[in-house]
Amino acid sequence: MAEITMRQAISDALREEMERDDKVFIMGEEVGVWGGTYAVTKGFFEQFGEKRVKDTPISEAAIVGAGIGAALVGLRPVSELMTINFAFVAMDHIVNEAPKLRTMFGGQMKVPLVIRTAGGGGRQLGATHSQTPDAIFAHFPGLKVVSPGTPADAKGLLKSAIRDDDPVLYIEHAAMYQVKGEVPAGDFTVPIGVSKVQREGSDVTIVSYSRGLQLSLQAAEQLAGEGIRVEVVDLRSLRPLDMGPVIASFQKTNRAVVVEEGWKSYGVGSEVVSRLYEEAFDYADAPIKRVAQKEVPLPYNQALEQSALPQVADVVAAVKEVL
Amino acid sequence: MAMKKKDHLELYRQMVLIRRIEERAAELYQEGKIGGFLHLYIGQEAVSTGLISVRKPEDRVITAYRDHGVAINCGISAKQVLAELLGKETGISKGRGGSMHMADVEKNFWGGHAIVGSHLPVAAGMALGDQYLGNQAVTICMFGDGATNIGFFHEALNLSKVWNLPVLWVCENNQYGMGTSVNRASAVEEIHKKAEGYAIPHSRLDDGMDLIKVRESSATALEYVRSGKGPYFLEIVTYRFQGHSMGDPQRYRQKDEVTQWEKTDPIGIYNRYLIKQELASQADLTKVEKAVEEEVKEAVVFAENSPEPGLDTLFDYMYASEEHNHG
Repeated sequence: MAEITMRQAISDALREEMERDDKVFIMGEEVGVWGGTYAVTKGFFEQFGEKRVKDTPISEAAIVGAGIGAALVGLRPVSELMTINFAFVAMDHIVNEAPKLRTMFGGQMKVPLVIRTAGGGGRQLGATHSQTPDAIFAHFPGLKVVSPGTPADAKGLLKSAIRDDDPVLYIEHAAMYQVKGEVPAGDFTVPIGVSKVQREGSDVTIVSYSRGLQLSLQAAEQLAGEGIRVEVVDLRSLRPLDMGPVIASFQKTNRAVVVEEGWKSYGVGSEVVSRLYEEAFDYADAPIKRVAQKEVPLPYNQALEQSALPQVADVVAAVKEVL
Repeated sequence: MAMKKKDHLELYRQMVLIRRIEERAAELYQEGKIGGFLHLYIGQEAVSTGLISVRKPEDRVITAYRDHGVAINCGISAKQVLAELLGKETGISKGRGGSMHMADVEKNFWGGHAIVGSHLPVAAGMALGDQYLGNQAVTICMFGDGATNIGFFHEALNLSKVWNLPVLWVCENNQYGMGTSVNRASAVEEIHKKAEGYAIPHSRLDDGMDLIKVRESSATALEYVRSGKGPYFLEIVTYRFQGHSMGDPQRYRQKDEVTQWEKTDPIGIYNRYLIKQELASQADLTKVEKAVEEEVKEAVVFAENSPEPGLDTLFDYMYASEEHNHG
């Protein structure tokens, strides 16, 4: 297995899917001539041409809405939103159109659309450009929401998303493009709606995803030095949410911490903890803890911003609290 | 464009069928058999009937929530429309959509979209799909005057011209967005002029109550788009005789305004035209009307006797991947 960056893994998945199926095309702001604002689609315009790599106006509702329309008539569009912060101006199409059409018209339509976008903070972009609103989107039945935490999952999940017949919101983390990891060679997929144990342990369960996974794995490594064996479960998909491996791990360790980069209130952690209490209450030996972003619009100042974002030390502290 | 007698009678039939279905729907609503919102198409029949009568089968149709008439013109049966209104499994959307969400993909009718303006970007995408696939189809996107004040409209029009998409934008200007008249809501009263801002050629038909004129304007506009020149914007002025939806007290307009417009009833205009031009006799038209009344009567019986969707089917159509269709 080769070690490649998250950026490379996502780029490879997109390119391979476009080579495999000529119904796959991408559209979004600066995906073409510019090569993608995070350089994920660098070289695509040259390789696939204007027809399949479409630069759009700054019109997010049209980027997603036109993606829905093209999907309805038989294509497999990948609509790119430069950041998830811009998804709010396309909210109607993401949550009120794409996920509804199939149910609303009695199964007549399918919407094989991928909405690719990047979220997350930590880059001093200020309050409007640094958010992790993943839970908002995961709230809506009919939509699928995935967010990989490793390069291998990034590649495999994107391939699954493109081949899926339902609308999938694929959330990358803007500060993770340089993260490296082992990625199997060639074509492979990672199923949507399947959580995965990323590190085995027996003392405590950490549940996380995306950049929270990286924090959790680092915390687990640090805690291992103190003799604490942490199991890390990666959700990978927020909807459908696969609680199976989470509950199995909790039944083994009886202690859990949920780590996410979004705000704590009404967040992914709120959902996971509720489900653990509802479905495995008797296994709890300690109150479950949540590590999340402090509840404030993220400031520009680096020290202030970092103080609001969850850190490895916060995860370590939370694990020690539940032990 | 020239039509034979049977074609005229068919269009007359469609207009009368829409009228009778809507009248019956209003009664069924009052009886509590139809839930939710109910927006009637009464008064606007010539627009959809004329427009859709000149489309080719490959041309796609998409509209807003006032969709029963469009559904009928696209070939959905009275039975399927009424069953949908009653929320039955035999409805065109299997009782999942209701009044505002009817579609029949096989007949190239793509709904029935209830968030004002949201279907315009979708229509652009359908046209993009046809352009990408090399299909010769035109996407016909209908919307009301109210939709031209929302951002979706502007994003979609701009995109359609930037990419030269085969889409015909049709604004059904019935002069009110709910209860707010065009001159109180839109900076531009002649709505077609908004297309100017996106370099899209445009025109306005002031008499959208006349089916023959609607057909002519629509055919010209469709031909423009079909020739590969890109999008076209057609405004058709019309009037809804009923309120915005059931239960609208209509404080925003005077009774004689409605009465005045009712004198230009599109069905009456077409009826007089057919007789005057000797394209049909009054007896022919009465026969059509009688047949429609029978059809609607049967459709109501069908709808009322149809089964409700099984409660065990609640999750059935959520995802195409069926393993995810559960609570």
